[in-house]
Amino acid sequence: MIEKSEIIIRPGMGALHYWRDIWHYRELFFFLAWRDILVRYKQTAIGIAWSVLRPLLTMVVFTIVFGKLAKLPSNGVPYPIMVYAAMLPWQFFANSLSESSNSLIDNSNLLTKVYFPRLIVPAGSVIVSMVDFLISAVILGGLMAWYRFVPGARVLFLPAFFMMAFMASFGAGLWLSALNVKYRDFRYVVPFLVQFGLYISPVGFSSAIVPEEWRFLYFLNPMVGVIDGFRWALLGDAFPVNWPGFALSSLLVALILASGVFYFRRMERSFADVV
Amino acid sequence: MWSNRMSTVITVENLGKKYLLQHQSGQQPYVALRDVIADTCRTFGRKLVSPFVRHSQSPVSSPQSPTSEEFWALKDVSFEVKQGDRIGIIGRNGAGKSTLLKILSRITEPTTGSVRIKGRVASLLEVGTGFHPELTGRENIYLNGAILGMSRAEIRKKFDEIVDFAEIEKFLDTPVKRYSSGMYVRLAFAVAAHLEPEILVVDEVLAVGDAKFQKKCLAKMEAVGKEGRTVLFVSHNMAAIQSLCPRACLLESGRLIQIGASDEVVSAYFGAVFSTSGDRELSERRDRVGGSSLRLISFDVVDSDGESMTDIPCGKRASIEIKFQVFSNSISNLRFGISLIDKGNGRYVTELNSYYGSKEIYSCEQGVHKFAFIVNRMPLAPGQYNLNFIVTSGLEVLDWIKDASQLRVSDGLFYESEQMPLPGSYPVFFTEFKCYLGEEEKLNRQDIS
Repeated sequence: MIEKSEIIIRPGMGALHYWRDIWHYRELFFFLAWRDILVRYKQTAIGIAWSVLRPLLTMVVFTIVFGKLAKLPSNGVPYPIMVYAAMLPWQFFANSLSESSNSLIDNSNLLTKVYFPRLIVPAGSVIVSMVDFLISAVILGGLMAWYRFVPGARVLFLPAFFMMAFMASFGAGLWLSALNVKYRDFRYVVPFLVQFGLYISPVGFSSAIVPEEWRFLYFLNPMVGVIDGFRWALLGDAFPVNWPGFALSSLLVALILASGVFYFRRMERSFADVV
Repeated sequence: MWSNRMSTVITVENLGKKYLLQHQSGQQPYVALRDVIADTCRTFGRKLVSPFVRHSQSPVSSPQSPTSEEFWALKDVSFEVKQGDRIGIIGRNGAGKSTLLKILSRITEPTTGSVRIKGRVASLLEVGTGFHPELTGRENIYLNGAILGMSRAEIRKKFDEIVDFAEIEKFLDTPVKRYSSGMYVRLAFAVAAHLEPEILVVDEVLAVGDAKFQKKCLAKMEAVGKEGRTVLFVSHNMAAIQSLCPRACLLESGRLIQIGASDEVVSAYFGAVFSTSGDRELSERRDRVGGSSLRLISFDVVDSDGESMTDIPCGKRASIEIKFQVFSNSISNLRFGISLIDKGNGRYVTELNSYYGSKEIYSCEQGVHKFAFIVNRMPLAPGQYNLNFIVTSGLEVLDWIKDASQLRVSDGLFYESEQMPLPGSYPVFFTEFKCYLGEEEKLNRQDIS
């Protein structure tokens, strides 16, 4: 790790070799994620079961409320599976948002005492949420086995949609974590956002029930694109993707990520003074 | 132009760091979104993209400008450090030492000037940064090592040495929240001590642990220096500075006053600390706790003629006077306190508190006032004492400054006999007493009343 390069510190410049620094600090990144995973369920009675229970119970409630009571269509797919296929990316997004928005403040002792590219803090939180995602994915597998539902070859596209979910989570996480350092109000905004988002995203229902003329606009919520992508990949032809809408969602995700990185990098320099 | 000498590893040029102090938002540097929106929607977007630090430089006055105030924590600091140098950085609290270290370790950005550093820097501004109480000793070694910039391979290689140094073998797999504070500190320092950077930046970390461990740490630091590494070391422990660092620099109010041989700089520091004024200014102190209704301005030590004294000779009469300003209409039930802490061993020696000193209940109207504590015969042994000031109204803290200043008690004659113990064999304090020799029935006990 010994390098003879020269570091220049000057106002307004930030770190010159930021992305190279991130590579240097990759181990810290893994250690932080590892610490969060390790600490998360220490001193909890049922430990990791929490990450199983939460999406499972939400799925049951949604199936009863939307599937049984409201009798919304599920295009021939078992309702629980349809809900769960959306639950997967949504839960990941929601967890990432809550975790990363507080991540900088939770690690304020690090920010004021050690240098490292700050980007790895919210990124680590997203990685932690990925663990929950993987556990949920196993449950979905179980659920599919129970209903004897076999996904088609399109399931191979799933990683691409996961990437999209990841980019959306990371981008929004960067925005919120940076904003939260300066405006502590966002501590209250995020839980609201997450709760609200669950209902305006097609988690408990299919996006097909949104009237045709509003369908395109509906994709302004980037999670609509992500969720539809997941359903298309997992559940097959019953859930066709509205491609123009999907393109809009993808574009927005890219925008959120790019602007998130930009804003974060901009604010990063003053974190230690403000936090 | 900076590389006229090959061996220069750190070049600091005109370094400055400005903070904006916002009086209205209390102690919090962050702001509430509500205030921002309320202030003005127009500047919202602009504020969002530029950090508040740079804001006042724009010609348009920011909405907080009436209540904010510029503060230069560091100004026009320039110096060079050569490879293998061990430099002590000294100065009073708030002189800018920590800010300088934070800029050098890239935690915060300077406002002006530049720094060039050649080589890998490890900074140790605190022992045990990032230690997590729920994790075990073993886990924390890896985590803390990574935070300090060690690679996993490096930590693994040094693991046994670290455990050895910290003397915690038996508790490796116990969560550190079950550690005694001594063990915790030992482990934390042990990880840091095994860093192998080219440039080591250390802030006042030796003030922890017991004497035996402190000695071990100093020895370790010395060894690091002897290996030809460059060390920047902040401390209030002048003996440690003098033994570790051949050179030192003195900061005062954010400016570099002197750089040179550490013996000279240390004596300059003592000269500055015990000069009559400056030191006794309290209004600019930022490390204070309290509300906005009252603020300490300064304090002074005066003799019976009202002349300022640089120190109080043992056994002499002196008045310690604090000047303060009341901002609200009136405050009642005021209590003033000064506590004295022995600088040598950190022991809390005594407190002068109006609550103990008088039955009177004090209250003040708006304006500037003075409060005096009169000590008839200074009973404390010659030495240096740190002062904490506190003003409360009932139990509410109005203004509280820890380590606000120092007070020196100089050699003097406490006893009427004008005899004193030899310097170096002083007790903690002196007490008045009388003595008699005689027959049992003739002893005069009337003096005991």
